[in-house]
Amino acid sequence: MSSAQGIGASIKRKEDRRFLLGKGQYTDDITLPDQSYAVLIRSPYAAALIKKIDAAAALAAPGVLAVLTGDDVAADGLGGIPCGWAVKNKDGSNMVEPPHPGLAHGKARHVGDPVAMVVASSKALAKAAAKLVDIDYDVLPGCGRLPEATAEGAPLVWDQAPGNVCFDWHIGDAALTDAAFAKAAHVVELDLVNNRVAPNAMEPRAANGHYAAANDHYTLYTTSQNPHLTRLLLAAFTLHVSEHKLRVIAPDVGGGFGSKIFHYAEELLVLWASRRVGRPVKWTADRSEAFISDAHGRDHISKAQLAMDKDGKFLGLRVHTLANMGAYLSTFAPAVPTYLYATLLSGPYDFPAIYAEVKAIFTNTVAVDAYRGAGRPEATYLLERLVEKAARETGIDRVELRRRNLIQPSQFPYQTQVALQYDIGDYQATLDLALAKIDYAGYAQRHAASAANGKLRGIGMSTYIEACGIAPSALVGALGARAGLYEAANVRIHPTGSVTVFTGTHSHGQGHETTFAQLIADRLGVSTDNVEIVHGDTDRIPFGMGTYGSRSASVGGSAIVKALDKIVDKGKKIAAHLLEASVADIEFRDGAYRVVGTDRQKAFGEVAFAAYVPHNYPIDTVEPGLEESAFYDPKNFTFPGGTHFVEVEIDPETGVVEVVDVAIADDVGVIINPMIVDGQAHGGLAQGIGQALYEEVQYDADGQLSNGSYMTYCMPRAADLPMFKVGNHVTACTHNPLGVKGVGEVGAIGVPPAVINAVLDALAPLGVKDISMPATPEKVWRAIAAAKQGKGA
Amino acid sequence: MKDFQFHRPTTVAEAVALMAGKDGAKFLSGGQSLLPVLKLDLAEPTDLISLTGIAELREIRVDGQALVIGALVTHDAVARSADVRKHIPGLAALAGGIGDPQVRNRGTLGGSVAHADPSADYPAAILALGATVHTNLRKIDAEEFFTGLFESALAPGELVTAVSFPIPKRAAYAKFAHRASKYALVGVMVALTSSGVRVAVTGAGAKVFRVSAMEDALTKGFVPEALSGITVSADDLNGDAEASAEFRAHLIGVMAKRAVAACQ
Amino acid sequence: MPTITLRVNRKNHTVECANSSLLVDVLREQLRLTGTHVGCDTSQCGACTVHVDGHSVKSCTMLAVEAQDAEITTIEGLADGNTLHPMQAAFQECHGLQCGFCTSGMVMSTTELVSRNPDPSEPEIRHWLEGNLCRCTGYHNIVRAVQTCARGSRGGTP
Repeated sequence: MSSAQGIGASIKRKEDRRFLLGKGQYTDDITLPDQSYAVLIRSPYAAALIKKIDAAAALAAPGVLAVLTGDDVAADGLGGIPCGWAVKNKDGSNMVEPPHPGLAHGKARHVGDPVAMVVASSKALAKAAAKLVDIDYDVLPGCGRLPEATAEGAPLVWDQAPGNVCFDWHIGDAALTDAAFAKAAHVVELDLVNNRVAPNAMEPRAANGHYAAANDHYTLYTTSQNPHLTRLLLAAFTLHVSEHKLRVIAPDVGGGFGSKIFHYAEELLVLWASRRVGRPVKWTADRSEAFISDAHGRDHISKAQLAMDKDGKFLGLRVHTLANMGAYLSTFAPAVPTYLYATLLSGPYDFPAIYAEVKAIFTNTVAVDAYRGAGRPEATYLLERLVEKAARETGIDRVELRRRNLIQPSQFPYQTQVALQYDIGDYQATLDLALAKIDYAGYAQRHAASAANGKLRGIGMSTYIEACGIAPSALVGALGARAGLYEAANVRIHPTGSVTVFTGTHSHGQGHETTFAQLIADRLGVSTDNVEIVHGDTDRIPFGMGTYGSRSASVGGSAIVKALDKIVDKGKKIAAHLLEASVADIEFRDGAYRVVGTDRQKAFGEVAFAAYVPHNYPIDTVEPGLEESAFYDPKNFTFPGGTHFVEVEIDPETGVVEVVDVAIADDVGVIINPMIVDGQAHGGLAQGIGQALYEEVQYDADGQLSNGSYMTYCMPRAADLPMFKVGNHVTACTHNPLGVKGVGEVGAIGVPPAVINAVLDALAPLGVKDISMPATPEKVWRAIAAAKQGKGA
Repeated sequence: MKDFQFHRPTTVAEAVALMAGKDGAKFLSGGQSLLPVLKLDLAEPTDLISLTGIAELREIRVDGQALVIGALVTHDAVARSADVRKHIPGLAALAGGIGDPQVRNRGTLGGSVAHADPSADYPAAILALGATVHTNLRKIDAEEFFTGLFESALAPGELVTAVSFPIPKRAAYAKFAHRASKYALVGVMVALTSSGVRVAVTGAGAKVFRVSAMEDALTKGFVPEALSGITVSADDLNGDAEASAEFRAHLIGVMAKRAVAACQ
Repeated sequence: MPTITLRVNRKNHTVECANSSLLVDVLREQLRLTGTHVGCDTSQCGACTVHVDGHSVKSCTMLAVEAQDAEITTIEGLADGNTLHPMQAAFQECHGLQCGFCTSGMVMSTTELVSRNPDPSEPEIRHWLEGNLCRCTGYHNIVRAVQTCARGSRGGTP
């Protein structure tokens, strides 16, 4: 059933009220009785031996409860932070997987590596005492970037990783690809860098750990996208405490974008410190601390080659990528440049041959892991820059070249050369819709108008695909994942018919409290006002794998639907009894059980009441109560896709690029709440435009970070962005019960190459052929100047 | 942030008296420059003497051929003042482009001037308009006021009370802002005054400076094209990840032209 | 420690705090008004924006002692009982918030804009938001919310 509140309705968000009233409860808002505060002392050096830590003065300072070091971590037997995904080398051997202690022990390996923790009765006292801790470092040479880390004789981040290589992996068919290139009429080559960015959720990470000695129980409040995974890793690997003694709560979380998926050292440290000092211990990152302790994203250097026949049909793709891992392997880090990147290199195109090699490299920098899109933006950027270059070199129109190579609707399910099988899509439809939304036909006129104002106008596009809801568990397990990737849900119908849903996904901006309630309204006919969605608490929710990779609706929503199906089925048996009919004759429709072909019915609420007050009840065959759980393990990824167009105006005197128009058409599957789906697209677009024009984490060759604050790291502000034109064309996912695909990442995936293609389109008449992200004013100005010089102008 | 004694005088005389003998004391006005510095522990004053209770420093008045703006007037108040908009609209526009609305609501002219940040906007106006900085002790010419990176002619304990801006015939400011901090990477104020053309550049060097070649060219013809072909050397200019010295040198030319165009 | 009296959301509060205490820390830690957030340490993000005498101010860049004689309004003091302030209502109507972390600052900042300028253009709204960062919305729906609120306050259909 669909209703005014069901699937497809743009109802307003249920969660908004508490945020708008200032009543949200984020981790740092929670202050426990007898609260104490932790400050971490972090290495100022990219690489240094920790020779001595003298904490005597700090320990004597007012309010100080403890100063803890890597020695204490080792002495107390805490485990190292594990990596959740093991990638194999080409020869089948395992990747290098170095240790990752909660506090650096013996050696610090990046700026920001935590070396000691001060716990005091207030944050101010902890900060003051931290200045009194005397740490004697022996500074070593470090390497902060891929070119230096892979150079001959580079300093080694880990002795066990020669050449700083973590793994050397490949996918596809090298021989088939070589053969394709051998018969190519045209080969396009491109070298590119996918710039390193900082996720910068507006809420800095925080953790508040509380050990209750009376019942030997630990509680952790943390800024996490997946509290159950955090609990699992704490229990099994780091804190060594069983799950039944450990509760992890991720309350309101102020954005994640990937950076809050991972199990971070601070989560372990506050629990451990609480046990040691006997008080709750809270740590909240300063923003400058976040820059050197949150996992970053992207950071690839790639060489790409595209083989085409004389008509522009793609014959083969060859890719070689270096991927920066940072100094330690974060939870999902190895999966990002492999199974979330190289497997997407076919894009929306029919490629007969692909071969990709990926070398993951350690550097003396903070870890690199999943950031909005995670691998898929890197694949899309490579492919769409390459295709655009191909259009330019062959003289085939950019739209036409893509049309010739897009997978046709009749080809689904489509098996790519890089493992994935796309279930469904209609790339031509999203292309056509995007062309209409940008008014492609009217571009020449807009170009002329810009020129009349002294501006260089350019248009750029990308046609992209992404993969959401990483699954199924059996497949990812074979590929090296050390966890399952299903989702869990529990649906509890209360005696008077209201509903509580417990979901293992986590909402930190996505609006699950609204969209999941819409599923209930849709299936049960219960008003969303009478539905509560509970997430983010391991004691209340059976289990869960959290929210990332745009998986919540497709995997988490499907688990809820599965539980709802069980509820409806059980209700049928109760209704059959109440209506004195056979179960086979009962149908559930519009919120009521009906005897088919009659006007006899029982409202859902009446059936729920009977389940809890079973006076007239089929007690011999049906248990009382109305509550069901389900675990859903998807059969495949989902594959959203679409076309993004961007128009820019460039001020040739200053090099400033202004994004003047963005029009996109996505296929994100069935849409539960169009308002929320559009909002997700907007946010992704802003981050994608941020990567293309504004953002870059700048490490120098030695590993010093030069722009680790909001004074220097630039993110788009309101005045930097236009209104976005967002359209959708729906093909329903074939293998999940809702037909949904996922929307959280599409903007960040599709738009960066469209921006850069637009910039290059604007600059092409001047002779500019390449520019890297972010296309800053100075870079654009230099490119223009160099092109002029090259022309002898 | 290290703790300090806090004082809130209501007159200039009281403020100056409080400062006497306190080597580690600092005046505090809107705090939009000083507090970020204190939060990063880059300074640890023993005393902060707040000026925000001194009503006499909040006045904007026209004094003959000059506009006198009290040290405690906020950037927002300058931007919105009818007098400033009427007599020196370029100054109102400059003030309206400092930082962001929250900064403009707290930040003051006097605080900005005393902080002498090489990337602040006001120094360009002070130098280009030939303003005079009034203190509790004396009046300091614009040419003498800014002496170096975060350094001014102010003696220890000396308090900026007002700035007197001679009303120019025409003046305008063009800024190329750092995209993250919004401070000026290059800000150029151009003024056509009764004593000639003045071009002042902030953000690009260790302190605000004039460009005589541009002034000479504009004296011959006060139009943007007059600046064509004039280049500023990148030597001694600031360079950072956001803009190299060469790019800043280039931007000085572009922003100067735009400022002149805005004067037309 | 010195004792100061702050008038916050139409009520007087007497608190002990160091001279160096920032307004945001007193609001959050002592008055437990945790709707005002801290998103950075360099006075850039605007998540901590409150009104001081009707003007939007970054409470991370103001000393609590400096706020003693002022009328301070935080996000908790904006609604009229259970009735959302028109700007709060517009943010909900237009989906101008996602994770909610920047929202308090956005709402406090834009209410001042609309009180100054009842008919702000899209560029004026975007320019006004220089002091507030949002990482979720791409600002699109925040701009729409401000337009919607302004239209309503001018007597049009919100």
